[in-house]
Amino acid sequence: MATATGIHHRTYRAELRLRHTKAEWFRLALVIVLLLVVPYALNTYWLGIANSILIAVVGAVGLNILVGFTGQISLGQGGFLAVGAYTSAILSTRLGLPVPLAIIVAILVTAAIGALFGLPALRLKGLYLAIATLASQEIIMFVVRRWGFLTEDKGYIEVPRLPFIERETFELQWYWILLPITFVAVLMARNVFRTSLGRSFMAVRDQDIAAEAIGVNITRAKVTAFALSSGFVGLSGALSAYYTETVTWERFTLDVSVLYLAMIIVGGLGSIAGSVYGAIFMMLLPALLTEVGQKAGDSIPFITDQLPAIKNAIFGIAIITFLLIEPRGLDRIWTRMKDYVRFWPFRY
Amino acid sequence: MSNFLLLTVYGLADGAILALAALGFVLIYKATRVINFAQGEFLLFGAYMFYTAFVVMRLPWILASVVGVIGAIILGVLVERFVLRPLVGESAISVIMVTIGLSSVLKALVQMFFGTSVREQPKILPTGSIEFLGATMPVNRLLVILIAAVVLAAFTIFFRRSRHGIAMRAVADDQQAALTMGISVRQIFALAWALAAVSALVAGVLLADLSAVEQNIASFGLIVFPVVILGGLDSIPGTIVGGLTIGLLKQYVSGYADPGLAEVIPYVVLVAILMVRPYGIFGETRIERV
Repeated sequence: MATATGIHHRTYRAELRLRHTKAEWFRLALVIVLLLVVPYALNTYWLGIANSILIAVVGAVGLNILVGFTGQISLGQGGFLAVGAYTSAILSTRLGLPVPLAIIVAILVTAAIGALFGLPALRLKGLYLAIATLASQEIIMFVVRRWGFLTEDKGYIEVPRLPFIERETFELQWYWILLPITFVAVLMARNVFRTSLGRSFMAVRDQDIAAEAIGVNITRAKVTAFALSSGFVGLSGALSAYYTETVTWERFTLDVSVLYLAMIIVGGLGSIAGSVYGAIFMMLLPALLTEVGQKAGDSIPFITDQLPAIKNAIFGIAIITFLLIEPRGLDRIWTRMKDYVRFWPFRY
Repeated sequence: MSNFLLLTVYGLADGAILALAALGFVLIYKATRVINFAQGEFLLFGAYMFYTAFVVMRLPWILASVVGVIGAIILGVLVERFVLRPLVGESAISVIMVTIGLSSVLKALVQMFFGTSVREQPKILPTGSIEFLGATMPVNRLLVILIAAVVLAAFTIFFRRSRHGIAMRAVADDQQAALTMGISVRQIFALAWALAAVSALVAGVLLADLSAVEQNIASFGLIVFPVVILGGLDSIPGTIVGGLTIGLLKQYVSGYADPGLAEVIPYVVLVAILMVRPYGIFGETRIERV
């Protein structure tokens, strides 16, 4: 029951619900309407960006499961995206597997490799783990760059366009493919944290010794968290392989790992909705800067020349600002805005 | 044999620069428990500050070095005061991310002022070579080893003998105990960042003198991680041993096996060390079992 003083649960079932109030249902309906209207309101360029956001959302949700919910820092995101992309691309181009099957296998393979690279997490914590995952990123990069047989010595894999996709309506069709996949992935992630498995992840994050004491199997929780998170990341990588139709190592470097970490920091660690906000923010930022830069560049040519550097600077400043001013990210800002409206005209 | 000697000199020179870069990293970690992902950008920034003073402002190299050192100290103190201090006591992920954000900003600043093209800088170190045991040794690399050794020795003496050095070690050992003894932990934090920036400046200038002033200098920052893990995250002798080992290993692998493999071999060592002995050769062992 929602009142001005907060939400009161009278049964455990009610507490476990994903949405508690009418306002939440109303907002969900609004978002769904918006998502259905978007493809007809945007032009091809912005629809392309919307599609990249949808793919990034899946990856960011995966990373947040690991970093935000389980507290295991990972700099290996780019490597795991690469595993997903390469696996699905190789399976469908060379073995001729149907695309959905190739994607599923890619998810499983990435999950397995994620669990493998998660093994150091059983012994290492915090900073050491960050460095270990940095190594896994570099090693995966080495493998995909130097093992020629992966790309048949071309250095890249060309993925044929999905047969039913037309050139004119490319972005629109992809939007309708990606939207449901992303929606289901986000919903799944949200639901994981209503189960005992998800709760055990959070217990490991909050206080691992206490978690062990109340009977959480830490080994299992950590390895499962790595596998589950990598599964989402593998899906994101596989989708990006079919969407962009080429797979090259340049798209999975350490910078990509950093970009995804920035997404979940800006969005909010330990929040599924936050990963979505963060992915939208971080993917829109460069596009908007380009737009603004082109407008301003007409009068001040300096801005056009320096646009890449300015983008990098703003990327860094955004991360630093969020960490210093609102470490819990956009999700927290959104919660505060809602509270402000709910309690208006009182401050609290 | 001569090839082996040459590779050894190259490896030692690389290793000496790595040790300097790692020294700054370890200083920061020891004093403040911050993992600095912007170490490579500190090298880059240092190299460009020296370039500005030396080539753009046409100062003699000694004066240029002084300008560079002052710039590095200011950079270190500013970074500590405005970026890291508000995050004292925050989780590891926040601290890591803030230094990553910082690295992005520093790199962008360099890119804005100097562009991405390679800058030519007149060589400071003599470029000739000398014959030794049938091998032709480049003089500048031998000198790099010497300079790095002198700087590292100076730092070691500073920690052992000077008041501030001892205060730094006290803070690294136990912050609260140091506070009760009247040591200003804030000043020590600032000092650690300033010294780290200075040692990065030396490393950056030496690196720029061996190759060129360019954006690639920053990539040295990542190889620092294998070095410090091998030596131990909080050990200053460890940086020297780790730096030289990784430097030699890279040169031998690229000389005798495959240059591509040389890029990844430090990380393989890193994973192996983490599996077997996570606190490195000289690192302080902290036992925490779950």
